[in-house]
Amino acid sequence: MVQEMDLLKRFDAYIDSDQKIEAKDWMPDAYRKTLIRQISQHAHSEIIGMLPEGNWITRAPSLQRKAILLAKVQDEAGHGLYLYSAAETLGVNREELLDALHKGKAKYSSIFNYPTLTWADMGAIGWLVDGAAIMNQVPLCKCSYGPYARAMVRVCKEESFHQRQGFQIMLNLCNGTKEQKEMAQDALNRWWWPSLMMFGPNDESSMHSAQSMKWKIKRFSNDELRQRFVDMSVPQAELLGLTIPDEQLKWNEATGHYDFGPIDWSEFEAVVSGNGPCNRERLATRVKAHENGEWVRAAAAAHAAKVAKRKSLKTDAA
Amino acid sequence: MNSENHQLLLRLGDDALILSQRLSEWCGHGPALEEDIALSNIALDLLGQARSFLTLAGAREGLNRTEDDLAYLRSDREFRNALLVELPNGHFGDTIMRQFLFDQFALLRYECLAAQRFDLDVAAISAKALKETKYHAEHSAKWVIRLGDGTDESHEKIQESLNTLWVYTGELFEPDTVTSYCTNNGLISDPDQLKSQWLESINLVLEEATLSLPSSEWMQCGGRNGIHTEHLSYLLAEMQVLQHKYPGAKW
Repeated sequence: MVQEMDLLKRFDAYIDSDQKIEAKDWMPDAYRKTLIRQISQHAHSEIIGMLPEGNWITRAPSLQRKAILLAKVQDEAGHGLYLYSAAETLGVNREELLDALHKGKAKYSSIFNYPTLTWADMGAIGWLVDGAAIMNQVPLCKCSYGPYARAMVRVCKEESFHQRQGFQIMLNLCNGTKEQKEMAQDALNRWWWPSLMMFGPNDESSMHSAQSMKWKIKRFSNDELRQRFVDMSVPQAELLGLTIPDEQLKWNEATGHYDFGPIDWSEFEAVVSGNGPCNRERLATRVKAHENGEWVRAAAAAHAAKVAKRKSLKTDAA
Repeated sequence: MNSENHQLLLRLGDDALILSQRLSEWCGHGPALEEDIALSNIALDLLGQARSFLTLAGAREGLNRTEDDLAYLRSDREFRNALLVELPNGHFGDTIMRQFLFDQFALLRYECLAAQRFDLDVAAISAKALKETKYHAEHSAKWVIRLGDGTDESHEKIQESLNTLWVYTGELFEPDTVTSYCTNNGLISDPDQLKSQWLESINLVLEEATLSLPSSEWMQCGGRNGIHTEHLSYLLAEMQVLQHKYPGAKW
């Protein structure tokens, strides 16, 4: 007991002095659990997030756009891989994390439960969804858990390229034909509010926030980050010549920020709890890919075992 | 420019483009995250090769056609890819076997093209493509071995893939005026020679994978002359949809 108190004291001192907690360091169970939950949710979001954009790879309107989109979605798979690896440093394995996802026990970012209906959605996702993700993720590069923080450095570099490619798609559409510009506005209309919801519930109703802030897993509150995102996006929309679908959006001289209208939290709750437009389909697609791959993974494992056996027989003989 | 050279560039570009398109359908649906990354990466390499060859084809023909004009505005009858690369993905084993049979061919073709001095632009693109193809060939060969040697189920599946795809391999070595042009100018070895080298390399891998070469002698051809399978038109309908719907738009 005394020993645990000492360990906790040392852990708290580490956190207070902004040092990184590493995989082999002692940490409170609740800290470990929070990280496993957050990092695995993040990893799941990356791989589910491949689906809405993967939906347009085969239909990308130019070869250059196809190459960029394919590279981007491939990056998401890479992010999934770093993040599952970061989670594994906490004593879980990828297989069990995937199993929780496939059984509907683990969450992923709700934004990926919205459909990608037009090419402009590739622009809006890059610009807004990746833009919001960057807002959320840049602070994570400084989070208290070393392996997660280091994974996020690379993730954020790639996300910033993703955001620029999304904005570029929007810019090209907005400089294009009337139909293209309408397509861009339609995408903004559909993705704006779900993007604001990506920052999570308002601060007063956010269940995990306070403890995560104390542990320096989280550095800024949901509302703070959401406000930053709005402040950043408004001038970008102006540059594109698009209208943000919020009649209450206006500059507030006194606060130095944009005021914006209320978020429809009932929609957020519905999508989080499984009733969004694509929840069932996204999960079913992941499960199907995993199940269809079962025989392939089994074959790889069987072959590896045979190779190891042959090798040991050879060694024995020699 | 002469039409054989143009045809060669289209064959190189279209093989890479259509196979890339097929592989990209796997993105997000692979048997493991590592394979999602690998297949997308190979698709990207192939797309890069396609863009280089189609850009060169467009520049040389003097009709002001870009890579996109050639990719998006031709009909299936104008495509010159081998039938093998347009076949649907099937299961992972089908995709891997298709890739393996093609990679081993592409490797030999790029080795010749990268070494020749008759067409320096093609040599430059091929030198880069050769480096990439070495990795692709290693990836697909290792999977053929894993699946062949793995479990009874995987062995049966991958043998079946080989049996089904086999009839599409003859076309890769079919002699015609374009292959004569290539042989006469030292661009690519004679098709018979290429085929025996190819058989030698695939046999090494198939042996390790405990798979047997199908006995069928009959081979399905047509792609090099624009007579494709029924699958290509659907593939193109999907790939070209936005260019057809919004003609002339810039993206």
